[in-house]
Amino acid sequence: MVVSTQSKRFASLELDCGVTLAPVDVAYQTYGTLNADCSNAILVMHAFSGDAHAAGIDAQTQQKGWWDSMIGPGRGFDTDQYFVICSNVLGGCRGTTGPGSINPATGEIFAMTFPVITIGDMVRLQAKLIESLGIEKLLSVAGGSMGGMQVLEWAARYPDRVASAIPIATTPRHSAQQIAFNEVGRQAIMADPDWSDGNYYGGKLPGRGLAVARMVGHITYMSDESMRQKFGRRQREDQGIFEVESYLRYRGSQFVDRFDANSYLYITKAMDLFDLAAGQQSLTAVLERSKTKFLVISFTSDWLYPSYQSQEVVSALRRRNQDVAYIELTSKYGHDAFLVEVEEQSEIVKGFLLRVTKGVNRR
Amino acid sequence: MTPPSNNDPFVRDLLGRGDYAIFSEIVAPQTCVLDLGCGDGELLSWLADNKDVDARGVEMDGAKVQKAIAKGVSCYQGNIEECLADYPDHAFDYVILSQTLQEVRHPLQVLNDMLRVGRRALVAFPNFGHWRVRLGHLLTGRAPKTIRFPHDWFDSPNIHFFTIDDFEILAAREEWHIEKRVFLDGNREVKLMPNLLAETAVYLVRRNS
Repeated sequence: MVVSTQSKRFASLELDCGVTLAPVDVAYQTYGTLNADCSNAILVMHAFSGDAHAAGIDAQTQQKGWWDSMIGPGRGFDTDQYFVICSNVLGGCRGTTGPGSINPATGEIFAMTFPVITIGDMVRLQAKLIESLGIEKLLSVAGGSMGGMQVLEWAARYPDRVASAIPIATTPRHSAQQIAFNEVGRQAIMADPDWSDGNYYGGKLPGRGLAVARMVGHITYMSDESMRQKFGRRQREDQGIFEVESYLRYRGSQFVDRFDANSYLYITKAMDLFDLAAGQQSLTAVLERSKTKFLVISFTSDWLYPSYQSQEVVSALRRRNQDVAYIELTSKYGHDAFLVEVEEQSEIVKGFLLRVTKGVNRR
Repeated sequence: MTPPSNNDPFVRDLLGRGDYAIFSEIVAPQTCVLDLGCGDGELLSWLADNKDVDARGVEMDGAKVQKAIAKGVSCYQGNIEECLADYPDHAFDYVILSQTLQEVRHPLQVLNDMLRVGRRALVAFPNFGHWRVRLGHLLTGRAPKTIRFPHDWFDSPNIHFFTIDDFEILAAREEWHIEKRVFLDGNREVKLMPNLLAETAVYLVRRNS
């Protein structure tokens, strides 16, 4: 399945901070075919560093999508049955408007003049995209980590427009620990002299800072067990360093080629600011109107987004007797599990979507 | 419903289980059912397909939860005794507890919670007053072990050994209204002296108010 990234431009997007972005571009890909009554559409949302290329082989880069093992013919999100959409988030650097885009008002790159964005803003932009594709109601919204936050935001803000929701390895709000790790990443970037207050475009990139930020990230995505098994205390004889050091350095330097440092700052801030129950009495109150069917998944070894955070969402739903299936899958891969544990997730996602489809068709 | 396995009108069988057959007769179509300890969702999935019920389950074992969700059952991985507190009053038409009451730490608490979150409780439990259990205990002087209860005392999931009479006495004390009681020996219905002759009891209970 060879796919290309498409793009849509919207006249404007009003942000939570009060600023209006005009115009806004969204990069997206689609897989499968939208059926006649537009009832088989699933929006998949990427995690922090992902992009619109979720599945198939990219026509330009020849790379596989970040969730290719889950999306495709006969897979968990079966493209023989469903029409799957994935877009790059607002603030991103892979085709959607972000700090690296040109500010039409000045003709210069936004850099740090880009307004503060939220998970809510990202979702509002996705809603515009979905509308423009002629889809009134999504069969499902699905995603892990930051993608899961967007899933929760969709279910809370547009309860009538999502028949089902699959938040995976995620949280209704960041804990102090999660904010702390993000802050280390941001400080690493801003401490790099090449960052130059964000005005590095066209010059030397803050590669060292961004690489360090990514290294910290990778540590949090793995587990003690998976790191022990993958690296142990083995050394690279040629370089005189531990395997794990070599791995992190490689991942860090690789990241610099594909990610914009300012996007890192804006998107991690959006994650930290996210609080599904903000301004409401409780999580239960936020999700009260929802008729959405939920499938919530967490993983045993995920210490970055521990199961208790998913369970908080589940409890809130059960308090109103809303339809929620929940499973804590056994995995040793830590937070990365949502990208790795394909077999188990495929099986339950398939069964869940089949039930949701039956329910939608009955009405 | 699956037809009886032979022509004996007293044989009850659904998916190989006598208690499931009784449940399937009792549960009204298009109701909302919660099955506590739903396993891989076999019963709920049957009820959803054949009675169009809104089927929800609770199960501890992750592998079983995975199978249940894959079958299209809305299953929650968690502990029966801890999870019930979350549900609002009368959220379900029926709350089912099959062959598990003898395994929970606080059976009365569980039954009361079931009667709070559900309009009716459907309970099936093994009768430890069955003659084989009594005889085994009497003759060997050891913890009862039968074909139905093959566990040694030190690795048995069963922590309460109660009988049909015990349950009736509790129901009377708590002033529950028993709407229906069915007794089984194997999958065959028992009409006489159930406390002695029945292996399994199935009760449909609601609060008296």
